[in-house]
Amino acid sequence: MRYAMAIDTKKCVGCADCVVACQTENDVPIGYCRDWIVEVTDGTYPQLEIEIRSERCNHCENSPCVRCCPTGASHYEDGGIVTVTKHKCIGCGACIVSCPYDARYSHPEGYVDKCTFCMHRIKKGQQPACVAVCPTKCMYFGDLDDPNSEVSKVLKQRKFKTLIPEAGTKPHVYYLI
Amino acid sequence: MAKTRRDFLKISSLSVAGIAAGGGILKSAVPSFKDTQLGNFGPLDNKRTPTYCEVCFWKCAGWVYKNDKGEVKKIIGNDEDPNCNGRFCPRGTGGVGMYHDKDRLKNPLIRETGKNGKQTFREASWDEALGLVAKKLQEIKEEHGPECTALFTHGSGGKYFGDLLKAFGSANIAAPSYAQCRGPREVAFIATFGDGLNSPEPTDIRDTRCLVLIGSHLGENMHNGQVQEMSDAIDNGATIITVDPRFSTVASKSKHWLPIKPSTDIALLLAWIHEIIHNEWYDKKYVEQYTFGFDELKEYVKNFTPEWAYGITTIDPNVIRETAREMANAAPSVIVHPGRHVTWYGDDTQRLRAVAILNALLGSWGRRGGFFVPEKLSVPKFPHPPFPKPKKTWREAMNGKYNLAGLALASGVCDATIPSPELDCHIRGWIVNGTNLIMTLPDQKKTIEAINNLDLLVVVDTMPMEITGYADVVLPECTYLERYDSLRVVQGREPNVALRMPATEPKYNTKPAYWMAKELSKKLGLEEYFAWNTIEEMLDWQLKQIGSSLGEMKRVGVKKMPREYGGLYFQEAEEIEFNTNTGKIELYSTALAEEGFDPMPVYTPHKEPNPGYYYLNYGRASMHTFSRTSNNPNLVDLMEENTVWVNPKVAKEWDLKNGQPVYLENQDGVVSEFPVKVRVTERVRFDSVYIVHGFGHANKKLSRAYGKGVSDSQLITRVLVDPIMGGTGMRGNFVTFRFEKESEVGS
Repeated sequence: MRYAMAIDTKKCVGCADCVVACQTENDVPIGYCRDWIVEVTDGTYPQLEIEIRSERCNHCENSPCVRCCPTGASHYEDGGIVTVTKHKCIGCGACIVSCPYDARYSHPEGYVDKCTFCMHRIKKGQQPACVAVCPTKCMYFGDLDDPNSEVSKVLKQRKFKTLIPEAGTKPHVYYLI
Repeated sequence: MAKTRRDFLKISSLSVAGIAAGGGILKSAVPSFKDTQLGNFGPLDNKRTPTYCEVCFWKCAGWVYKNDKGEVKKIIGNDEDPNCNGRFCPRGTGGVGMYHDKDRLKNPLIRETGKNGKQTFREASWDEALGLVAKKLQEIKEEHGPECTALFTHGSGGKYFGDLLKAFGSANIAAPSYAQCRGPREVAFIATFGDGLNSPEPTDIRDTRCLVLIGSHLGENMHNGQVQEMSDAIDNGATIITVDPRFSTVASKSKHWLPIKPSTDIALLLAWIHEIIHNEWYDKKYVEQYTFGFDELKEYVKNFTPEWAYGITTIDPNVIRETAREMANAAPSVIVHPGRHVTWYGDDTQRLRAVAILNALLGSWGRRGGFFVPEKLSVPKFPHPPFPKPKKTWREAMNGKYNLAGLALASGVCDATIPSPELDCHIRGWIVNGTNLIMTLPDQKKTIEAINNLDLLVVVDTMPMEITGYADVVLPECTYLERYDSLRVVQGREPNVALRMPATEPKYNTKPAYWMAKELSKKLGLEEYFAWNTIEEMLDWQLKQIGSSLGEMKRVGVKKMPREYGGLYFQEAEEIEFNTNTGKIELYSTALAEEGFDPMPVYTPHKEPNPGYYYLNYGRASMHTFSRTSNNPNLVDLMEENTVWVNPKVAKEWDLKNGQPVYLENQDGVVSEFPVKVRVTERVRFDSVYIVHGFGHANKKLSRAYGKGVSDSQLITRVLVDPIMGGTGMRGNFVTFRFEKESEVGS
C-alpha cells in the first residue's frame, strides 16, 4: 500500500480552504500551517498563465527528514505516510532544514509538526480533511498500488509532475498539469 | 430630543473589564428575562449540531463539531445541502474564528455624555439597554410617527427586527445587498424575463458548455455552489470566457481572457448581440416563440460591429467575433453570467439588460446548461395580527424616482434621513443589524451626515465595527453558532429547508436577535406579533406546516422536498406566459419605455482618469466576506491585509517596489487613512489598480484588522446613481499614489 495525493492545478482556485480545514481538523495553532497555497504567474500582460498549487508534505518515498532524525521520531507509517512521534521528538529541527519543500514547522509546544495525510481519518475510511472540504474537488487521494483508486485512475489519464524531482526524494504528491 | 453630534466611540476599556469579571455585575439583570428561553443547546460531546453558515449570504448548511471540552472545534458541510454539497468554503470552515474572536462585543453599551462633554460608552444591563431603545422609539413615534424609523440588515437576525419594525408601523427595511450590489440585475432580468435571479442564482453551470463571466471573479468570490459547478464544467471541457481588466483567477482557467478597458462593457455586449443577430446565430425558434421586439433590436444594433467596439473596449474585433461564435456553438447550454455585485457605473440596469438580451437570443433561459427554473418552498409564518399600513415610506423622499426598484434602497433610506425642505418627515431612528454601513455604503461623508441627524442609532452586531462607534445603543448579538434563527428557505433545483440551532451557549453577555426583538416587542406593547413562547415552538410549528418537525430537522439539518411546479427546464416549444407587459421575453422593454428610459441598452462613454490617476477596481478574496471577516483569527491567518495591484509599467513610472507602502488619493482629494503595500503584477491593466474590498478598518478594537490595508469604501466618493432603480455605481473613482500622508492632506 502506498498512499498518494494528486492535485489538479487546472481546477484549484487557491481559495485556501484546505489550509483552514487542516487547521481546524488537526488543531494547528493560528499562525502555523501544515498545507499552504503557491501561486506562480508567468508571462507578460496580456499573455499570462497562473499555476495554483495546494502544497504540503510530499510523503516522500526517500525522505531526508526521516533519514536525518536523530531520535527516530520522524518515521514511515503504513502506506508510506511520513509522521513525527511527538514524545520522541526533541525539537532539534534537523528535519525542518533537510526538507526541500519546507513542509515542517516547529510547534509552540516544542515538537515538529507536519501533514499526516490525516491518518486518523484514513483509518476511519474518511478522506483527508483538505480533500474532503475542497470546493473545486481538485484533490484525489488513495492507494497507488490499487489500480482502481481515484488517484491511480487520474494519474493514468492526466499529465502530471512532482515538485523538485531533482532532489531525488520520490514525492507522493502529484500535480496534474 | 436634542441632537448631538456623534463622536466616534471606541468600545471603552470598561467592556474589557467586563470580560475579566465574566459579566458578573450584569448577572443581576438576567433573571428578569427568564421568561424568554433561549432553548436547548447542542450536545456537549463530539456529536454534531446542524447550522447554516452566516459568514456570507450563500448560507451553506453544515454541522458543528465540538471537542472534548465542549468548545466549538470545526464546521463541516452537510452532504445533503444543495448550496454546498458537503463542502464549506474557507470562510465557512473558518467560521469557528467568529466564535473564538476575543474582540467580540460582550455587553450591551449605552452612549453617555459626561460633565466634560466627552462621550463614552458604558456597559448596561439588557433591561436598561432595551428599555432605552424602546423609550426612544416611542418618542420618535409620538413626535414624528412610526414611519420615521428604519432597519438596515444583512444578516439572518434582521428578519426579527424587520417584523418588529413592521409591527411598529414602518416599512423602511433596507439591505445594502440591493442598491449596493445585485439590484440592477434583478430589475434588468425582471424587465426582460419577468423574473429576477434571486439567490442562489439559477445558473446551470454544472451542465454548461460555455460560461461567460463579465467582471465576475468566481473562485475569488466563493459563491460556493457556483465555484463547485464551475469545477465540474472545467472537468466536462466547457469553454470559459472571462471579461475583466484584471487577470483574475478564473481568467487563468479561461480559454479567452478579454482584458477590457474599464467601464466599456456595454459596447462589448452590443457588439456580441450584433454578431449573433448579423450572422443569424441566434436561436430562431426560441426567439420567434418567446420574445418581443426582435426587429427593433436587430435594427438598433446594426452598426455595433466588433470594429466599432474595438475602439471603445480595446478588445480585438477577431476576439469579439470568435467569442460570439463560441457562445453560439454552445447554445442553448451557455451562460452569460449576470454577476452579483453589479453596481458599477450607474448604467448598470442597462448593462444587465444587455446580458439578459444576449441570454435570450442564445435561448439559454430555461434551458439545460443555461438557466434552470428554480423552486422554493413556501413556509407559512407563525400567525400574528396583520401589520399596520405605514402612512409613508422612504419612497416619498425620492421625488418619484426609482419606481422600478423592487426593494428598499439602503442609500435611499440614508438620503431620507438627511432633512431637506421637500421632506416633511425625515427618518430619525435606525436599527442596524449585521451590516457595517460605514464600509458598505459609498460616500462615507453622507452616511455620517445622516447618522448625525438621527435621534437614535441602535447597532446589533457580533463585532465592534466602524458603525458601532456611532451608535447610541450597542446590542451584542451572539454568533450564529450560539443561536437558533429563522429557517433557511432558498430557491434551488430542489426546494429545501435548513435549520440553524445553537451548538453551544452564547459566550459573554450576548443574545440572539430573535430574543432582542421579542423583548423589545414586550416593552413596546407589540408582543402579539411575537406570539410564540419559545423559538423552538415557533420553528416546530412552521416545520410541521411543511411536513417536517424540529425533531427531524435536528437530526438531518437539511431537508429536500420534491418539486411541485414542473421540470427544471422548458419543454420543447412549451407555451409560456412570461411575467412582463407583453407576456413575452422583452428584448425591447415596454416597462422601461413607460418609465421614460431607453427600451434597449445604450452605450454611454464614462469619465476617464486624468493623467497620473488610475481606475480604482475592487473585488473579493476567497477567504474574506466584505469587511465582516477581517478580524476573524482563522481567516486573518490566510490573508491579513489587502495590497494594491499595480502593472509593472506603472510601477516603473512611479518607482514603486513590491511591498512598498503607499497612500492612495482619489480624484476628490481623499487620501486613504492607512498606507497599503504595492503588489507589482502583470495581472492588471496599466490604466487600473485593484484592491480587495473590506480592509483598512479604523476601529482600534479590531485588534487584528485595525490599520491593515486600505479601505476602498473610503475612496469611493464619486457615486454614479442608476436612474432606473437607484443603485449606487462605485467604479467611477480614480486614484493616484502618495508617499506621505500629512503633506497631502487638504491639498
